[in-house]
Amino acid sequence: MSEARVASPERVAEPEGRALRLGAIAVGIVIVVGLPFVASGYHTSQFSQVVIYAIALLGLNLLTGYNGQISLGHGAFFAIGGYATAILSVKLGVAYGPAVVIGGILCFAAGFAFGLPALRLGGLYLALATFALALATPQLLKFKAFDAWTGGVQGLLLSKPGAPLSLPLTRDQWLYFLCVFCAALLFWATVNLINSRIGRALIAIRDHPIAAETMGVDAALYKTTTFGVSAAYTGIAGGLSSLVVGFVSPDSFDLFLSLSLVVGIVVGGLASVWGVIVGALFIEFVPNYADSISDVLGENAKALPWAIYGVLLILLMYAAPSGAAGTAKILIGAIQRRRRSSTNVALDRKAASGDQTS
Amino acid sequence: MFSRRKFLKASAATAAALAARSGPAFADNAPGVTDTEIKIGQTMPYSGPASAYGAVGKAEAAYFKMINDQGGINGRKINLLSLDDGYSPPKTVEQIRRLVEQEQVAFIFSSLGTPCNSAIRDYLNENKVPQIFVATGASKFGDPGHFPWTIGWQPNYRTEAAIFASHILKSKPDAKVGVLYQNDDFGKDYLDGLKDALGAKNAGMVVKEVSYEVTEPTVDSQVITLQGSGADTFLLAATPKFAAQALRKAYDVGWKPVEYMTNVSASVGAVMKPAGPEKCVGVMVGAYLKEPTDPKWKDDSGMNQWRDFMAKYLSGADTSDVNYVAGYGYAATMAQVLKQCGNDLSRERIMKEAANVKDFEAPVFLPGVKVNTSPMNFYPIRSMQLARFDGTTWELFGDVLTG
Amino acid sequence: MIGLVHQILSGLAIGSIYACVALAVVMIYQATHLVNFAQGEMAMFSTYIAWALIQAGAPYWAAFFLTLVFSFLMGMAIERWLIRRFEKAPVLAVVIVFIGMLVIFNSLAGWLFSYTIKSFESPFPEKFALGNGFMSPHELGSIVVTLGVLALVYAFFGFTPLGLAMRAAAQNPVSARLVGVKVNHMLAIGWGLAAAIGAVAGMMAAPIVYLDPNMMGGILLYGFAGALLGGIDNPWGAALGGFIVGVLENIAGAYLVGEEIKLSVALAIIVGVLVAKPSGLFGRVLVTRV
Repeated sequence: MSEARVASPERVAEPEGRALRLGAIAVGIVIVVGLPFVASGYHTSQFSQVVIYAIALLGLNLLTGYNGQISLGHGAFFAIGGYATAILSVKLGVAYGPAVVIGGILCFAAGFAFGLPALRLGGLYLALATFALALATPQLLKFKAFDAWTGGVQGLLLSKPGAPLSLPLTRDQWLYFLCVFCAALLFWATVNLINSRIGRALIAIRDHPIAAETMGVDAALYKTTTFGVSAAYTGIAGGLSSLVVGFVSPDSFDLFLSLSLVVGIVVGGLASVWGVIVGALFIEFVPNYADSISDVLGENAKALPWAIYGVLLILLMYAAPSGAAGTAKILIGAIQRRRRSSTNVALDRKAASGDQTS
Repeated sequence: MFSRRKFLKASAATAAALAARSGPAFADNAPGVTDTEIKIGQTMPYSGPASAYGAVGKAEAAYFKMINDQGGINGRKINLLSLDDGYSPPKTVEQIRRLVEQEQVAFIFSSLGTPCNSAIRDYLNENKVPQIFVATGASKFGDPGHFPWTIGWQPNYRTEAAIFASHILKSKPDAKVGVLYQNDDFGKDYLDGLKDALGAKNAGMVVKEVSYEVTEPTVDSQVITLQGSGADTFLLAATPKFAAQALRKAYDVGWKPVEYMTNVSASVGAVMKPAGPEKCVGVMVGAYLKEPTDPKWKDDSGMNQWRDFMAKYLSGADTSDVNYVAGYGYAATMAQVLKQCGNDLSRERIMKEAANVKDFEAPVFLPGVKVNTSPMNFYPIRSMQLARFDGTTWELFGDVLTG
Repeated sequence: MIGLVHQILSGLAIGSIYACVALAVVMIYQATHLVNFAQGEMAMFSTYIAWALIQAGAPYWAAFFLTLVFSFLMGMAIERWLIRRFEKAPVLAVVIVFIGMLVIFNSLAGWLFSYTIKSFESPFPEKFALGNGFMSPHELGSIVVTLGVLALVYAFFGFTPLGLAMRAAAQNPVSARLVGVKVNHMLAIGWGLAAAIGAVAGMMAAPIVYLDPNMMGGILLYGFAGALLGGIDNPWGAALGGFIVGVLENIAGAYLVGEEIKLSVALAIIVGVLVAKPSGLFGRVLVTRV
């Protein structure tokens, strides 16, 4: 009498797996909530930036990871969101909360508008066109005609909001929680989106556009809407960033920002919601890390951190081309396969010894 | 177990007490200062589009190294932490917060870039951290009434433009002026300064203003446009690379206007030679530093001091780059302020002395140019002298003018 | 009127450099279906090598050809030891590798040669004997050199066995292998050629724009624009696109919208053209069978 082989390792591992996952989530929540109380103001603002990047990467990942449209110019939407929030709160006296939201809505419109001509551009052409968008953004922001609103090359200063209801939080801590709150909402929305019919439609459009159309998916509508939504996410991130930094200027939104966002989603792993956290940590901290490595090389090596950063990027792509999430999936798959085969071996032995006794 | 814990606690307490006594004597109101060192911080664009200005930071670091080799100031060595911000204001904010909150520097010295300094000015003033001798000529940084902890250093762009304006009005009141300006704070401040100084009734004098981005390959097209506008006077608010291109192109297309140029590009080695010296004859600048490649200063003792310094501490660096001269000047002025502080290196005292420099002349200043500050005057250098390029060297003319 | 002629001629001169860059980008694209974002920085680095050689006393043309050889070898080495390892990696991972290369070359140049601008010799005389104000000898010279490079490339691909083999390897690697073409070698040579062409672009550009580590940034963008406009799979179209972009940029800046938003206008034009003709003006239209 041989037992059925274990086909789905999840069933065997299920109770422990679930406990592990809940445990991890609980630890995660403790860390996220407790962070600003143990870290200095400076570190807290750095982690706020990480959360902000995570939101922006979430948006870009929706577009590029799940829907296959490569954008090298998302820094432009980050800029629109940042400036919209700044102009609304500084020039028009709108409260910062609504200002960020309105910035997001404006970015949705901008993204949708850009998505329309983008429909005609395939992969590479779209990448280059968005690259040009990223380069044109600082110049547009400096345009004389907009000076009265944008502050021109001098930029705009924002006052950092303090905690409401006289909560005993410093400004850094309050902003951090604001960012985390927005991130949590957007993450939840994204996870639901991905797992819904819409998410499946997006992935279908990415992998088999013609088949998707044949099945009745309105590719054009989905693609432009995704562009809009992705821009909106990035715009919200930009708006939050302008609050955390307290200043916007055309120089704040250069080409390197757009490139960093792409680096972030690739390092984190395309089409992975949780990977964006790894990506965000990477683009916030690794340049500083490269800085400290090059310090060892002495005074003359002032610009070398970027060479080190470049080398790290290449090594990372070599070691983990599918990013953190992709590599994690591979590792977990390998572990589960090993477990499955060892469970099967155990069952076989049991069956064999059972045969003997029965 | 119980007694072991007690023993450990006791020894820890003793160790802490001993450490506190023998450790660095950080004064309560003088962060970053010990008996043997003073720690200061700055951000510089060592990467990115403005990286050419990183030379200023390198010169300053080398100068402090020289001071330290000579024993420091009042027995303290100067430890300059110079961080790269890539000319990106969000990065500047992050690095400055790191310097102030994590590294606990005494003050911020000569951080470079108008948008970068704008981004950190509120934070530094709120936290009463001196923002000394900012490396930008934007006029907004000399405002002691609103920002008592921020002070500039170099002659601001408006002063220069005003000096040009008054020269134009005096020598050629019917001039038609064409302006080429870099599309950033530097260029725009110049343009606005010129227009303001010319005054409302002379507003028509500026017949064409054309901008360029630092990312553009050439400004040839802009020069052609200016020629076509009929301008007979040309103001170049341009950095060295573009100034050289503009001078060369103007000559090549046969346009011979009266030319004024910002002193940022007043370099024989970096601008006139690449453009072609014969193409730059007659160009006028407002100068306050001795230009390193100018034959006139070949045997000048001040510049020789600078040359020895470059040979010893920055060997291999390009000695035609006037940024190294500026950095030397900044650091020399800073050293003077620190000397004036004596042993009280609290932030209040440092700021007080920065606003109390009288007639300080660095070896690299033109004769007659001095640093002067007071609690009501946060524009340390306001004197410049007009100079004209004669094909080989800068011929100073006129008096030292104070804006 | 004279101003317009000036603008057009000056646009053609700078356009010749964009055309070279566009050509290099397309060469790599045709062989590997990858866009080399680091093309500009590689060209800049090659130009610095040439500068160093000239500083060390080498005569101009010796330095020029030595630099071409160096760049060719550098391109081959990069393909062989770096890019080939990412053959099977997802597209975006390779893009990140290019970004890494971009940053490395830029930093290295800044570290080795500092950020102060340097002037770079032009092989052409300072002025025409006849005193022509419309175009400097160097500007005319770089147009001639670009056309020369285009002609050489055309002859190479059209009439030499090696060129034929490379075209085969790019169009259909599987079949090419079956007939004995060493596809991997062809890829390496393609990269080497592209790097050499990029070096020519850099050495022609440097006398005009002056040599500094950030000199190719703006040029690369316009090179891409040219390649897009002309069609990324058509080398001649891309080169022509480069010339068009050069002239268009000048005219737009001088007469249409002013210098302030030239870049955005360039972007708008490109997007506009692509919307009307997605594969570029001269590109091949791909029709997929369902």
